Amino acid sequence: MNFQTTIGLEVHVELKTNSKIFSPSPVEFGDNPNANTNVIDWGYPGVLPTPNKGVVEYGMRAALALHAKINQHTHFDRKNYFYPDNPKAYQISQSDVPLAQNGWIEIDVDGKKKKIGIEEMHIEEDAGKNTHNPNGYSYVDLNRQGTPLIEIVSKPDIASPDEAYAYLETLRQRIQFTGVSDVKMEEGSMRVDVNISIRPYGTDKFGTKTELKNLNSFNYVKKGLQFEEQRQQRVLLSGGQIQQETRRYDEASNETILMRVKEGADDYRYFPEPDIPNVEIADDWIKQIEETMPEMPERRRQRYVDDLGLTDYDAMVLTQTKEMSDFFEAAVAQGADAKLTSNYLQGDVNAYLNDNHLDLQDTKLTPDHLAGMIKLQMDGTISSKMAKKVFKAIMDGEEPNDYVKAHNLVQLSDPAQLQPIIDGVLDANAQSIEDFKNGKDRAVGFLVGQIMKQTHGQANPKIVNKLLMTSLNAR
Amino acid sequence: MAEEPISRAEVEHVAELAKLSLTDEQASKFTSQLDEIITMIDGLNEVNTDDVKPTTNMADATAILREDVAVNAHQKDALINEAPETEDGFIKVPAIIDESEDA
Repeated sequence: MNFQTTIGLEVHVELKTNSKIFSPSPVEFGDNPNANTNVIDWGYPGVLPTPNKGVVEYGMRAALALHAKINQHTHFDRKNYFYPDNPKAYQISQSDVPLAQNGWIEIDVDGKKKKIGIEEMHIEEDAGKNTHNPNGYSYVDLNRQGTPLIEIVSKPDIASPDEAYAYLETLRQRIQFTGVSDVKMEEGSMRVDVNISIRPYGTDKFGTKTELKNLNSFNYVKKGLQFEEQRQQRVLLSGGQIQQETRRYDEASNETILMRVKEGADDYRYFPEPDIPNVEIADDWIKQIEETMPEMPERRRQRYVDDLGLTDYDAMVLTQTKEMSDFFEAAVAQGADAKLTSNYLQGDVNAYLNDNHLDLQDTKLTPDHLAGMIKLQMDGTISSKMAKKVFKAIMDGEEPNDYVKAHNLVQLSDPAQLQPIIDGVLDANAQSIEDFKNGKDRAVGFLVGQIMKQTHGQANPKIVNKLLMTSLNAR
Repeated sequence: MAEEPISRAEVEHVAELAKLSLTDEQASKFTSQLDEIITMIDGLNEVNTDDVKPTTNMADATAILREDVAVNAHQKDALINEAPETEDGFIKVPAIIDESEDA
């Protein structure tokens, strides 16, 4: 029997506003526990939450990036549950009228494009952070309490773990380009919950779904789903039934492990939040955001191919993160050749980032310096070999022109200076001239080597070659 | 609605969600009280509301949105002092099994 897979993804993204969603406390990470909290964050009786305009605006930006329709009459709802990191015993979220609905993004799996629908996108508050200690206590830090989140719920259009991976990549990219979030899974500013079910091909009724937890990277999402897809098939093929359950992905064994069986639906008793009046979004506000939406990755890719002559592949790699894409554009704006810049970013720069486990913005490299080095190479001032040295220097924050001057790395390209050196080398190596005349090409290599030696490697090899051949043929 | 607006089982379920432990006597008492309240409210179902928008908020107002400006209230020490138990600036609570769905 053949099965088809249906995957649903719920993605939470932290918005990088200045203040929290319902209180003016700062949204900052890494501060002392509870330093960024006030009475509202602690859920004291009698306090009044006030919604942050910036959160609604960032939410709208994200919604537009997902081609979703913004609900202009929306409101907040209470979701009730008890947990120590949730001091009010309810989370202010949105239920029946989310900020936006009915969006889509286009994914690409091995060249095959597919539209994945977005069911809805709502805004809500994050909870605090609970740290369990083996001593029988938990330690609560409410700094994160009230950090604004958007939750993005996909339609059941995702049919394979590869599509799920592509969906997450595309989603992350689009949100990142809007600038509303860092969208980093490793830092918790992007969190993913997945569910998966399978059913025999050709049948309409969805199978029972299982939920996966502890998916800390896109790769683990894919691996967890792959395992779960296979596991469910084995269960069904052996005559068993899938239970509605929550499973944990174990990185070490690459398996999913049963956490708990779900009995009935969650009962959060949502009701409209009485402390916050309805939110009305005027046409003008939406229009203003539409007009100030940054360019999305596919538009940039188009431009890189059409205007800058890059390949589709180069354009795809360069637009994977906004930092890389912005960096590339800044360097090209300084006059650096697009293809060379692209090669450096994908090659040497990328290797440096991987070796040092750094992000581009954490290095000392600036678009100015990279462009400066590339321009020195373009106008022949330095050779590609010298560029390797200069590259190391600019990664350490040095200015390329200054570095080249200070280290006398200027390439010797002037024929008037090179010709006497060439003549001298030829005069001293009569045997090589003889060999060349007898058809031994190796002699040329030897002579070039001698010239490079005399110029301490600074001669422009292209020009040396040209002058040498002319001189040899003239002798 | 049916003849019985709320069952005893539903009352017990809601009590459990709210972490309330009811005695048998209380459960019976609240069931009949809630029964009466819901029956009374059900009277509203006789009103034709076909053209009425759902009421999601009693205040007939639109939310005034706050500008996104961060203000640290510097209330940490005062708040930590009010917590029953603390350690190193954290609120200390008995460890409980994760029942949350993580936001």
